[in-house]
Amino acid sequence: MPTLDHFYRAMLRIRLFEERVLDWFPKGIFYGTTHTYIGQEADAIGVLEHLVPGDIVVSNHRCHGHFLAYGGSMHALAAELMGRQTGVCAGRGGSQHIQWRDFYANGILGGTVPLAAGMALAERGSGHAVMAFIGDGALGEGAVYESLNMCALWSLPMLVVLENNRYAQSTPIERNLAGTVQGRFEAFGIPVVQIDTTDVVQIHDVAGPLLDQVRKGGGPRALIIDTYRFGPHSKGDDTRDPAEIARFREKDPLALAASQLPTDIVSSIDEEAAAEVEAAFGQAQADPPADPGKLMAAVGMGP
Amino acid sequence: MNVLRAINSALHDCLEQNEDVYFLGEDVLDPYGGAFKVAQGLSTAFPERVITTPVSEAGIVGVGTGMALRGLRPVVEIMFGDFLLLAADQLVNHAAKLRWMANDQVRVPLVVRTPMGGRRGYGPTHSQSLEKHLLGAPGLTVVALSSLDDPGGIVKRAVLEDQDPVLLVEHKLLYAQDVLTPGGDHDLAVDRWGTGYPAYRMRVRGAPAPNLTIATYGYMADLARQALLALAYEHEVFAELVVFTQLSPVDLAPLFESLKATKRLITAEEGTLSLGWGAEVAARSLESGIGELHLRRVAAREIPVPAAGALETAMLPQVDDLVSAAIELSRRG
Repeated sequence: MPTLDHFYRAMLRIRLFEERVLDWFPKGIFYGTTHTYIGQEADAIGVLEHLVPGDIVVSNHRCHGHFLAYGGSMHALAAELMGRQTGVCAGRGGSQHIQWRDFYANGILGGTVPLAAGMALAERGSGHAVMAFIGDGALGEGAVYESLNMCALWSLPMLVVLENNRYAQSTPIERNLAGTVQGRFEAFGIPVVQIDTTDVVQIHDVAGPLLDQVRKGGGPRALIIDTYRFGPHSKGDDTRDPAEIARFREKDPLALAASQLPTDIVSSIDEEAAAEVEAAFGQAQADPPADPGKLMAAVGMGP
Repeated sequence: MNVLRAINSALHDCLEQNEDVYFLGEDVLDPYGGAFKVAQGLSTAFPERVITTPVSEAGIVGVGTGMALRGLRPVVEIMFGDFLLLAADQLVNHAAKLRWMANDQVRVPLVVRTPMGGRRGYGPTHSQSLEKHLLGAPGLTVVALSSLDDPGGIVKRAVLEDQDPVLLVEHKLLYAQDVLTPGGDHDLAVDRWGTGYPAYRMRVRGAPAPNLTIATYGYMADLARQALLALAYEHEVFAELVVFTQLSPVDLAPLFESLKATKRLITAEEGTLSLGWGAEVAARSLESGIGELHLRRVAAREIPVPAAGALETAMLPQVDDLVSAAIELSRRG
């Protein structure tokens, strides 16, 4: 069992990375857009703590936290956001399209779930699990249900982690979703656990047995985590009631973890993580920009 | 051997030769063997690797993509080409892009095969030639089978050798056509161009030098062969036929060779005219530096494919349309 300081450090790395992204966006250092994970850190860390080599993680547009929790390089992620040659995908994918080892993120909501199912089919019997992170917004996409059906039908080793942050971009879940979130899984006979928490330890403890069942060939499982994002959907597009945001900020997963740790440990982790973020972004800034001369490399792309 | 048997036997060989090959599709298990019977016998011989799927075109193309990402070689059958649009997101936003977007860190050796086209009376949603909507998607190779040469060999190349996603377009009427091997036709001489997904140049044996070129693919090549003979024997108009297998990415070298001599181009496709394959071929031919060309595009009329036989015949391009276009064009210049 990992210790709480380990969890706090892991979540803080994501938090500070994302805060730097939002802080630097208006300065024109990045290009394009971003979707930050601030507030949801406990989900990725709690679940992906169970990762073993060979497991597959499928992520969405809000992928930075998942990638860092997967073990991806903070520097390479910063470089990708800055369009540097040293980026995870050399500037080709950007913030939403990160691929490294067995980690796959794509900005098409829900469109990733069929791929995750296919990878799970390929891994059936291997003892490895596919962990597919989706949000409540993706529940509007038909491809999700086609995939859930096949996952259940073929007993595929997949854990769907549904991070319900209660908003699809600007639209609250009440205006998007009929029935219930868990009902979407239960309809296919997929066992589902729903937790409303920002406690990383609780998420970790709930995810473990679910993943064990998946790995042992028990078929797909779903973990619904009711959560909240503290930042805007993207960069500055937040129309939510500030009072509501403040209410959820009281359940900040980092504050919760820090409150249970000695203050000297917390401040030493804070310093260490801040230094890591500083170094990662500094190094990325100094890296050479993506090379238009390599635009047509990796072909199959036509003349 | 007809084209259906050639494809079926090639798929059988693929499953036998490589254990990474899987076959997925709707209603593909024996005894049904797929709506067009292309999968007949496969599930009996390879029960573990032939998977019948729910009616979920986006889902199964995505599943195939995921399998390919893990090093398998899935073949996904889409029952009717019309249903490919349901999987367009998976093809364009996932399968086709993944390799480039991930900076070459992954490959997606996925084959999606589907019957396209009309002339069977299946009406507006089961008769279309929709491939033009997927041509030019970077990263997606689009290949159209014809009855020429070795359609089974093309299937095997796509399934066993290609490392990138391939969409295999099979016109429904091809299935019953006999495979025409080069040299197997007494009236036409056939030259193969290229080794991957080849192109073919065909002329009437013993005829004078052609003064126009017909570029086409798929089942239209069968109609164009009939047109070539009618033009030569009934109208003394001599044409060369260039049949493409690979539609996208575009490589028109054998066509340009032919056009240097003929300076007249007819493109023929069964899809609707506007913004189609023929428009791209014509534009590239004009850009190729061959010089001034006379052009005509023969294609379907710009309405849905009708159900009634007489209407369908009037809507789709026929041999007579090719013949009259060729006669008209041969008088120009």
